[in-house]
Amino acid sequence: MSSSIVSPKKLFSIYKLPGFTFIAITCFVMLYAPIMILVGYSFNEGSSLALWEGLSLRWYYSAWQNEAVKDATLLSLIIALQASLYSTVLATMAALGTTRTRAYRGQTAIYAMINQPLMVPEIVTAVALLIVFATIKQATGYQGLSFLVIAHTAFCVPFAYLPIRARLEDMDRSLEIAAADLYATPWRCFRRVTLPLLLPGILAGAMLAFVISLDDVVITEFVKSAGQDTLPTFMLGQIRRVITPEMNAIASALLAVSVLMVSLIFLINRKKT
Amino acid sequence: MPDDSPSLSKYELAARKQQTRRNLLLCSPALIVLLLAASGPLLVMLFYSFLKSGNYGGVIYEFSLDGWLNVFLVRDIFDDVLKVADAHLSVFWRSIKLSAMTTFTCLVIGFPTAYFIATRPRESRNFWLFLITIPFWTNLLIRTFAILELIRNNGIVNNLLTDLHIIEQPIQMMYTDFAIMIGMTYVYLPLMILPLYASMEKLDFRLVEAAYDLYATRIRVLRKVIIPLIKPGIVAGSILVFIPSLGAFVTPRVLGGGKNLMLGNLIELQFGQGRNWPLGAALSITLLFIVMATLLLYVRYSQKGGVQHEQ
Repeated sequence: MSSSIVSPKKLFSIYKLPGFTFIAITCFVMLYAPIMILVGYSFNEGSSLALWEGLSLRWYYSAWQNEAVKDATLLSLIIALQASLYSTVLATMAALGTTRTRAYRGQTAIYAMINQPLMVPEIVTAVALLIVFATIKQATGYQGLSFLVIAHTAFCVPFAYLPIRARLEDMDRSLEIAAADLYATPWRCFRRVTLPLLLPGILAGAMLAFVISLDDVVITEFVKSAGQDTLPTFMLGQIRRVITPEMNAIASALLAVSVLMVSLIFLINRKKT
Repeated sequence: MPDDSPSLSKYELAARKQQTRRNLLLCSPALIVLLLAASGPLLVMLFYSFLKSGNYGGVIYEFSLDGWLNVFLVRDIFDDVLKVADAHLSVFWRSIKLSAMTTFTCLVIGFPTAYFIATRPRESRNFWLFLITIPFWTNLLIRTFAILELIRNNGIVNNLLTDLHIIEQPIQMMYTDFAIMIGMTYVYLPLMILPLYASMEKLDFRLVEAAYDLYATRIRVLRKVIIPLIKPGIVAGSILVFIPSLGAFVTPRVLGGGKNLMLGNLIELQFGQGRNWPLGAALSITLLFIVMATLLLYVRYSQKGGVQHEQ
């Protein structure tokens, strides 16, 4: 045949394996379908999951009218804001103390300790915190929010630390050395040179910590005192009793926050390159 | 290694010392918080596992090995004879079985998906990866809840099947081991795909091409070239799925109901209705031990792999 213009690549690709593309596409559909259905039905006018009765914000409104949901939302935000603020400050300091430096004794131990919350199963940390905090609560009678804030701060540290450290490792010291040459004090050099350069990393770290704190169920469930429900623990309690379409609305709202934050982090990190 | 060779001037040594002191000072606030609310409590828990259980929760400050004995043994109420705790063993077995099944399912779905992403044009890979990352960072409870909405008795799958007259009665999927496995697969799938992709991205396709040139079939190329080269990614992904599955708490609680306990739920019971803190502490440490042993094996495996690679 003279029509041999068809590229050999089309005839035989070394990249193709039978069925792989099909499974991959199915996988993407499977990953997103349940979430999409959940979000879709949160806008359903009717109260059934089976019937679509038209578009409405009814369940968002009714969730917002629910005092318990309002309280839980507020508490979630208070805790997440505090935990992300504190953990970002701690993580920034720790990142400055562990990167761009000569290796020193104890550095490995510091890494292990910072990353410990990532390695220990959450339920184990949760139970350990319950034991310690319950004992303190009993001894002092204090049952405030501080227990939740400190617990959240602790497990947020490694998440805030990762992007900050990554950013810091990419920065070379030349600008800081230049600043020092021009008689900037160490503090001024940090304020005017290091910090602005590091800011994207800090921002990404803070947002990651915020999302992680906002989404936490297990540790919160075990550490909270009576009446200290966050949105996720409120949902967990409700799921066991009765599932209302309001739950779809709450879940979708939480989902929207996470997706927004993660997209922002993605964009910040991409600008860098 | 900090080398304190005598060739350094006194001045330089002092500067180094000062830098190390500055580093430690910078790290200390984070370390203090982690000690208070992460590492410290684990040690306290270890201590509590050797105490006597209080009657209404809590502990009595007396040394006792009952917490640890109760992990696998149970004392008969009537004749005080120690017997093997079948209930606990079945929970251990279910945890390991479901985690292994979840890991396997994730691998079967994740491998082709990671391969698919790795063979896209370079510009579009980030987009596909982003699609994997989004579910990874979204709330685990919400993703479990989404599965619950799908598979419950009047959920979407059952409604669809009944409407199409494929089934008469809804299939009972909720509160089964199957439900837990589906849920965990869904929730932990990105943890399999990401490390697999990281390995595949580095795959040298000239080797694949060479194999085809030597008349290898596609299956043979997959088995003899691709899989051996991707092995570190397969191991890393499997570990990353297996470990959180073993310690899963939310997914089995929501999808498994009260009957199909996994280790995490058994631990929770000791602090709720069951009220046996030392046993709960001992079970937690057992879980932690299994997880750490798996991680350690992995570290040793990857170090060994690294050495081979350099040769």
